[in-house]
Amino acid sequence: MNDLQSVLHPAGADAAIIHQFTWVLFIGGTLIFVFVMALLALAMRRQARPVRPGIWLFGAGIAFPVVVLTALLAWSTWRSAQLAEQTSHKAMSISVTGKMWWWEVRYRDPASNREIITANEIHIPVGEPVYLGMTASDVIHSLWVPALAGKRDMIPGRVTGLTLRADKPGVYRGQCAEYCGEQHARMAFHVIALPRAEFDAWLARRAQPALPADTTVLQRGRDAFLAQQCQACHTIRGVTDVPPFSQQERIADTSRLGPDLTHVGSRREIAAGTLRNHRGTLAGWIADPQAIKPGVFMPPTPDLDGETLRAMATYLEHLK
Amino acid sequence: MNICQYDRLHPAWRTGAMLLCAVLASGCGSQDKSSRVEGGDPERGRLLTQQYQCAACHFIPEVQGTNGDAGPSLQYMGRLSYIAGSIPNQPENMIRFLQNPPAVKPGTLMPALGISEQEARHMAAFMYTLK
Repeated sequence: MNDLQSVLHPAGADAAIIHQFTWVLFIGGTLIFVFVMALLALAMRRQARPVRPGIWLFGAGIAFPVVVLTALLAWSTWRSAQLAEQTSHKAMSISVTGKMWWWEVRYRDPASNREIITANEIHIPVGEPVYLGMTASDVIHSLWVPALAGKRDMIPGRVTGLTLRADKPGVYRGQCAEYCGEQHARMAFHVIALPRAEFDAWLARRAQPALPADTTVLQRGRDAFLAQQCQACHTIRGVTDVPPFSQQERIADTSRLGPDLTHVGSRREIAAGTLRNHRGTLAGWIADPQAIKPGVFMPPTPDLDGETLRAMATYLEHLK
Repeated sequence: MNICQYDRLHPAWRTGAMLLCAVLASGCGSQDKSSRVEGGDPERGRLLTQQYQCAACHFIPEVQGTNGDAGPSLQYMGRLSYIAGSIPNQPENMIRFLQNPPAVKPGTLMPALGISEQEARHMAAFMYTLK
């Protein structure tokens, strides 16, 4: 069974608690339902014995629910107190912004204290609580990784928080859990839990600027990227932030309309979990994103010749 | 004598002949269904087509997911006369084209995805089921 995105395969403490709630309520509810149906069957027998209404009204009608619900309330209060505290006082914070229809993820580089911006993948170290500071830049979204924790809304103009802790390394799929428009269903992401050392190496790599375009094809791809004015919405650190683009950026910070592409080639998927990431899907996406995710803000590019489009896709694939 | 004219045969022979005819007939049937591409398995080809996410650019009714329109629809690929509008639609051409489209048709939008020869064989087999 595919447990990439499953509430039934908890991989973190919070998800395990929610999982337990689910089974207790489900099994308890089933037992009560079967009990009531059995009583109903008894009552519908011919030659039924007369019963004493007092016992059934006060016993099954009042005492039983009071005892069961009180026990359940006490147990769930005690258990949910063990859910990870929503506090930013954690060793590690990651900021996640919900957008139509993708996720912007920001880290702070411990070495330079600079911001590292990526998209649609949240890398976390295994076994450590990580605080996600969350907001939205357009409409209300909701971040949900069923295998790790409960869902939490992302609200424009407010910061909400969620603590994630993955107990075993792996890739966990998450999904927007609040209807946010036309492509709500194609707004997925992955949480990738890595051992601490691998995570540190990953983060250090992300802090580097984009790989240089050192072959003719890659240069052609990079030049086409700039000629198409992709930098109006996308950033490639080391490419779009050198003059004359740095000036432009200071005037209007529109470069966050689309995902930061500095290391786009290293991501598993493009278009927020819609397509596997390789030059073929990148080319298809550049040529006509509207066909793949109708309503996205990126316009189609119908004026590129085949060689240029392939070079552009190859260039983006190479940005690892 | 035609083995299927078994009216005057002994019942035991007749049963045997009927079975033999059934086996032969089913053989004929499966030959029709088997792929036009030697060593190509259409079902594995369909899965590969899904894995490589060809649907990012092409409309393929049998493949789940997105239906891009950067490339032409592959709905009737199996009965088209030409690949990419200019190359005769034959298994060997299809296999070469899938492995390295720009080498076969310079200027095409379709990139080479590093598809192996065996993978291309399966995918070509799948293409010929699209009719």
